[in-house]
Amino acid sequence: MNRKGIFETVGAVACAALILWVALQHQSGEELTIGTVNNADMVLMQRLSREFEKSTGIKLNWVVLGESILRQRLTVDIATGGNTFDVITIGSYETPLWAARGWLVPVDDLGADYQYDDIFEIIRQGLSHGGKLYAAPFYGESSFTYYRKDLFERAGLTMPEQPTYQQIRTFAARIHDPAHNVYGVCLRGEPGWGQNVAYLSTLVHTFGGRWFDMEWKPQLTSAPWIEAVSFYVDMLRSYGPPGSVTDGYNEDRALFSNGNCGMWVDSTAAAGYLLDPSQSRVATTTGFAKAPIGKVRNGAAWVWSWALAIPTSCRKVERAKQFLQWATGRQYAATVGARYGWLLVPPGTRKSTYANPAYQRAAPFARLVRDAILGADIARPSALAVPYVGIQYVGIPEFQAIGANVGQEVSAALTGGATVEQALALAQAEAEREMRRGGYLK
Amino acid sequence: MTRGVRTKPLLAPSVAALFVWMIVPLAMTLWFSAEHYNLLAPAKRSFAGLDNYRYLLTGRALWVAMGNTLLLVGLVLAATLVFGTLFTVLLDREFPGRNVCRLLVIAPFFMMPTVSALIWKNMLMNPVFGIFAWITRSAGLGTVDFFAHMPLVAIVVIVSWEWTPFAVLILLPALQSLNKELKEAARLDGAGAVALFWHVELPHLLRPMAVVAMIETIFFLSLFAEIYVTTGGGPGLASTNLAYLIFRDALFDWDVGRASAGGMLAIVLANIVAFFLVRVVGRSLEDLP
Amino acid sequence: MKTTWRSRLMPTLAGWTVALAMFFPIFWMFLTGFKTEITAVATPPAAIFRPTLENYSAVLQRADYVQFAINSVVVALGSTLVALMLAVPAAYSMAFFPTRRTRDILLWMLSTKMLPAVGVLVPIYLLWRNFGLLDTRVGLVLIDSISVLPIVVWMLFSFFREVPSQILEASRMDGATQGQELMHVLLPLSMPGIAATALLSIILCWNEAFWSLNLTTVKAATLTAFTASFSNPEGLFWAKLSAASTLAIAPILVFGWISQRQLVRGLSFGAVK
Repeated sequence: MNRKGIFETVGAVACAALILWVALQHQSGEELTIGTVNNADMVLMQRLSREFEKSTGIKLNWVVLGESILRQRLTVDIATGGNTFDVITIGSYETPLWAARGWLVPVDDLGADYQYDDIFEIIRQGLSHGGKLYAAPFYGESSFTYYRKDLFERAGLTMPEQPTYQQIRTFAARIHDPAHNVYGVCLRGEPGWGQNVAYLSTLVHTFGGRWFDMEWKPQLTSAPWIEAVSFYVDMLRSYGPPGSVTDGYNEDRALFSNGNCGMWVDSTAAAGYLLDPSQSRVATTTGFAKAPIGKVRNGAAWVWSWALAIPTSCRKVERAKQFLQWATGRQYAATVGARYGWLLVPPGTRKSTYANPAYQRAAPFARLVRDAILGADIARPSALAVPYVGIQYVGIPEFQAIGANVGQEVSAALTGGATVEQALALAQAEAEREMRRGGYLK
Repeated sequence: MTRGVRTKPLLAPSVAALFVWMIVPLAMTLWFSAEHYNLLAPAKRSFAGLDNYRYLLTGRALWVAMGNTLLLVGLVLAATLVFGTLFTVLLDREFPGRNVCRLLVIAPFFMMPTVSALIWKNMLMNPVFGIFAWITRSAGLGTVDFFAHMPLVAIVVIVSWEWTPFAVLILLPALQSLNKELKEAARLDGAGAVALFWHVELPHLLRPMAVVAMIETIFFLSLFAEIYVTTGGGPGLASTNLAYLIFRDALFDWDVGRASAGGMLAIVLANIVAFFLVRVVGRSLEDLP
Repeated sequence: MKTTWRSRLMPTLAGWTVALAMFFPIFWMFLTGFKTEITAVATPPAAIFRPTLENYSAVLQRADYVQFAINSVVVALGSTLVALMLAVPAAYSMAFFPTRRTRDILLWMLSTKMLPAVGVLVPIYLLWRNFGLLDTRVGLVLIDSISVLPIVVWMLFSFFREVPSQILEASRMDGATQGQELMHVLLPLSMPGIAATALLSIILCWNEAFWSLNLTTVKAATLTAFTASFSNPEGLFWAKLSAASTLAIAPILVFGWISQRQLVRGLSFGAVK
């Protein structure tokens, strides 16, 4: 045989071996594949889950990714009928949408021990469809105002428990001190439907605006929108840090914890970390207040929850539900509290956590967070009538793209590349095209 | 001459493999591009004809994205070729520690693009806690908000940093193959460093530069990771290129039809660019029939 | 020929400046991996700090680094091998027996690479799912080798064309068959070029993130997925990300540096005289 013949034979054998090997790949034994976000709470769950593995004998395979990539991965899989994951982490945005498409298994039957009534009504509502719960909430958040008590004291200011945006602007002007790297107010500026748009959505709603009217026509050039976005652009340009346009939640949190921000309106999730001296330079001087309101109370603060769900294509539903019971049940908070301290208990889902004196002691902001979550109404985000649910998002599949576009256009206004009116006009045109294409508008 | 016939079996596996592996996804993409196919609305799948293309071509975003794509490719190509050549010539000279310097210069190419972009965005270019800001502030010059005012340039800087080492990797061995006697002769004739470079070294490097240009162009046309991680396409559409636009449509809207149409348009654009590039760089293929 | 210290000063200064400037971001990332999160984002940037290993321990605890690393090595090497096996014969045939179609085929190969990966995500995902290739190293090797094949063909084609055909003619005159000509004459002559191509291919596959993230979950995930899981969570993450990326690029950096020395020694365009 010449060399070429040898090559071919070897190649053929190798191919055969490969095919055989591929065929032999299959999940054996009790295993669950979990796709989740890489937030601190989930990372903690991953660590604790070794106990679950020990007590039940189920092996857990963790796929941990950033929020956007995870969402992308999960959607492609679930929408094409795949069953790569047994348990998935999704939020209040996707859950109703996916449940409506029959992609999720209802989770109303996790047992009497589970105590569904202990979960905040608003959180349950956000994860339900047609009266059934489709995802077990693990974590909840709202938004409120962080501020530096020392800077306020020095300037002779007091932060009311419920500030208005006009007050925020006045305060920002007073404590803005760029010479010392202290900026009056930090807000999200990074383009993204979950970044700057999430914040802007609350701003617009509390200024009396809405995303769509009852006929689903986008309202991006309406007066409240122009007013809200102008206020945002103006305040951030005058009293915000340089580089706002690349500041998302993470960057703003870094800035605040480093002492560069006088005030910050954002997720309640940061509270625990800002009070932790090993992670924040302003641990002793951070104060909390409710999210500012504009003209109306509606939609001033957002509400979001991360929850565990089970795709309908999953073949191990019983086991998956076992995991859900463990991870989101009442006991879990106690386990975390005992093991890692009450400050690290996943917030925002259960009344029992907030009623617990140990938690209240560890987390002085607990009451405000609970009030913020309870005060948010995703069915009535605006004072005007709306056809959608959601405060910092709109519960339609098209929102991701529309939101992404709005985020990009507004960031152009923030850098001065366009006027607010121009930016919103472009965003409006694109949104209308999208809505027409989606069949909402004629 | 029977030689030509015998080459087919050699060429065939490669071409066949590429053909099969590319033609199936390519055909699927072409098919999807003619469908209304939204992942989140699988029931509403229907034939769309040229609807997706019409939607894209009548939108503002596509043209801006195409322009940005060309700008991005052109600028990074220019930067990497210019700096790559200069660095190569520099690293060809004898000086102490030259080998270490070579390794240091090549290192950026080994980095994962998303990580490189994150480092540049947060650790270097951030106007509050980035190093550049600290340097300029210490010099009393204030800070530059790169991503706000020159987003495309910022991306060009990052990508050039990543890919100039690649140019050096290809050009350096090529330069070293230059006949030493040629250089000596030129120097004896009184040529200074610049003349040496221009008349002796550079012409020798033109051929490998063409290879570098071709390969880099392929990658730069579908640049994505750096934009995604730093500017998110903004502000406005200033740093949105075609790949990012497709991503936004495909994965934000789950509009597989529109994303596929975008992909086909990207191929058209790429082929046009390749056509012109081959013209300019023609010498690589010059003695092909 | 006088080489005064003066004439060496300029290149030395310039060379070292360039090298340090280019390497600085990587060096900074390396340093950041040893800082606490809060120090990592301090203003002014901290050059002097108390180093800690907490990031490395957190990163290594959270994910099975070794598994990811092995997958990266297998996929990178596997894809490169497959690509080379296909590309060497093709480049040989195109370099030495060009036909009218050669230029077209070359350009067509390049154009297949121009379809942005995001555009074909759904078709490929469906295909891979139907063939049971999701979360398998074989599946990744397949897609990665297609991705690099055009580049590998192009580079080999360029290197092969530098080999003067007289040498091959000579061996043919001596009675060598085509296979022998290929194996015993061409390959040894162009080994540096093949090595450079292989290195490039390995790096590209090592850093390939899109398919690795989308087509794998647990068993076949590579270091790019490992790094991605530390990227952009809610909160401060730059120190941990720096540690994770240092771990991710360490193997390829070491490998690249070792092999690069061999390459620079022997690589040549047209040195075969």
